[in-house]
Amino acid sequence: MWQIIVSELMQVLHELAAGVEHYLPRAVVMLVIAVAGWLIAYLMKVLVRSVLRWTRFSKLSEHTGAAQLLNQAALPSSSELLSRVVFWVAWVGFVLIGVSILGIVGLEEYTARFFLFLPRLFAALAILFFGLLAAGFFSRAALLAAVNANFRASRLLSVSIRIFISIFTLSMAFEVLGVAERTILIAFGTAFGAVMFGLAIAFGLGGQDLAREFLEERLDKRRGQQKEDELSPL
Amino acid sequence: MAEETLLNDEFLRQLMNVGEVDILVGLPTYNNARTIEPVVRAIQAGILKCFPRERVVIVSADGGSQDGTRDLVTGVSIDDVWKASKVYALRTLPVVITQYGHSPEAGLALRTILSAADLLRARACVLISPDSSTIEVDWLQRLVRPIYNEGFDLVSPMYRRQKFAGVLMRDLLYPMTRAVYGVGIREPYASEFAISGRLATDFLNGEGWDDDTTRNGAAILLSVMAITGKYRVCQAFLGVKPPQDRSSADLVEAMRRTVGALFSSLDANFQFWSGVTACQPVKTFGPESEVTLEPITVDLGRMREMFVTGVGELEAVFKTVLDERTLSELQKLASLEIDAFRYPAELWAKTVFEFAASYHKSVISRDHILQALVPLYRGRALSFLLENQDASAEDVEKNVESLCGEFERLKPYLLEVWADRK
Repeated sequence: MWQIIVSELMQVLHELAAGVEHYLPRAVVMLVIAVAGWLIAYLMKVLVRSVLRWTRFSKLSEHTGAAQLLNQAALPSSSELLSRVVFWVAWVGFVLIGVSILGIVGLEEYTARFFLFLPRLFAALAILFFGLLAAGFFSRAALLAAVNANFRASRLLSVSIRIFISIFTLSMAFEVLGVAERTILIAFGTAFGAVMFGLAIAFGLGGQDLAREFLEERLDKRRGQQKEDELSPL
Repeated sequence: MAEETLLNDEFLRQLMNVGEVDILVGLPTYNNARTIEPVVRAIQAGILKCFPRERVVIVSADGGSQDGTRDLVTGVSIDDVWKASKVYALRTLPVVITQYGHSPEAGLALRTILSAADLLRARACVLISPDSSTIEVDWLQRLVRPIYNEGFDLVSPMYRRQKFAGVLMRDLLYPMTRAVYGVGIREPYASEFAISGRLATDFLNGEGWDDDTTRNGAAILLSVMAITGKYRVCQAFLGVKPPQDRSSADLVEAMRRTVGALFSSLDANFQFWSGVTACQPVKTFGPESEVTLEPITVDLGRMREMFVTGVGELEAVFKTVLDERTLSELQKLASLEIDAFRYPAELWAKTVFEFAASYHKSVISRDHILQALVPLYRGRALSFLLENQDASAEDVEKNVESLCGEFERLKPYLLEVWADRK
């Protein structure tokens, strides 16, 4: 009886030793890859941060309004945020490569999924960046045009355009990421419809005078008279 | 090269029939049926009276008129002018018409006219606005004689204006051109002017015809080229300034065509203007300037309202364009009632220089920078009106001179913000 127990125990110990013998070098390789990956990711972070500083990326995000959004959400500056994203994506990528070397069944699939997800992540980030850029540009263009046309609700118009483009951008980014596509689509449709309906009611009922003034100006009934009063600039 | 791309076969054929000329008179037309006939008659009468022996051609570069302007230009008979003036030309007086596009574009019209002048080897090229309802027979002579007799390359016009007319010219374009480039041309953006064949060819062969600034602000860039290229520049007094055309009434559009072109010219000519320290006098034929005092109706309250709204609503834009102290001063101004409202010359000069530096650095879209200047210009125009409400013609001139002095005094500030603006 004892012989059987000892024999089984020895076999288990042998298997354990064989397992350790099999996995230990791989674990060491994984650790090396993780450490090297951390170093490379850190270097990439420094490089990206320097490039963004050199290209005055922070100024650009300030002008687009992205910096204000990040500030309100208590997040670091856009350059810092982007360089951190690059660091974590790169390091997690190296760690997953390391884990895949261990040959654990099931993990390889997750690793493959992660790398397949990366292009979509970067595409979503690019959409978000250019979307916010467009939101800033068009809202400012609307604000300037409205102020120079002496339109009373110029800021409301500008903010509405910014919100609309930002929501549109976010929904596109989520769609690219494949996160809650249906929910986002329904939420966007509902929010957009509600905003438009609200604006229509506010403009038509709440702001009757404003609506009348706007339409009169559009139909050029009063414009001629106002222009006569203007000083000739040239 | 320019001729290859701009002048169509029919236009070239007409020009070849004309042959070489001494003077080319260009008319950039677009739907000017209301005013074009008297303008062409005045030009023809001017040619008969002052240049009967010269070979002259009238070239109309049309932007696609739909109101029969082109027919009216060709329909004006020289016989009527002969009968009226009792003077006969010793040569024929051809009129050539071409359509350069289907919508008006000042730069393309000028380029077409200059290409024709270059091809016909004109000694002088005169541009007359087809809207010049106040044109006199002598205008042609006043514009061409300095080129013919004294070898000038650019003859810029001077006008008799109502004291509140042309505020953008008086309060920004003239003082800034004078301070930056050191030459006091009163009308750097002119609708009537004359240039020598040499300047016409050089300007035509210059670069940048494909960008928007050159296409829209070619007239001001021509003045700048004449100054920076050391061409001989003078001014000639013409008479009453014609009423502005429709496009000039749009302040934003006027700002793009004039201030945009002026700001843009600073980039290319930094080496030249950064070394200019004093203003050179410009020879003027006729009176230095004339100001009339007839009253005009302006809604001061609306001007103030638009200034105040602009300063309030565009704060975020101004923070990227203006210095903190300048913005703070403007915000103080916005709180003043009309009676106490004054936009000081020093603050205005600093505002303009900071806008120019921000335009240079493109801190935001350049077009947005120009649009943001519009409400501030309204504030300065209001101040100009209030300061000169009871002023005599001499007082108005003194105030303009004082503003120019302020721009010149603050030129080192422009150089400072030009280098430092974030």
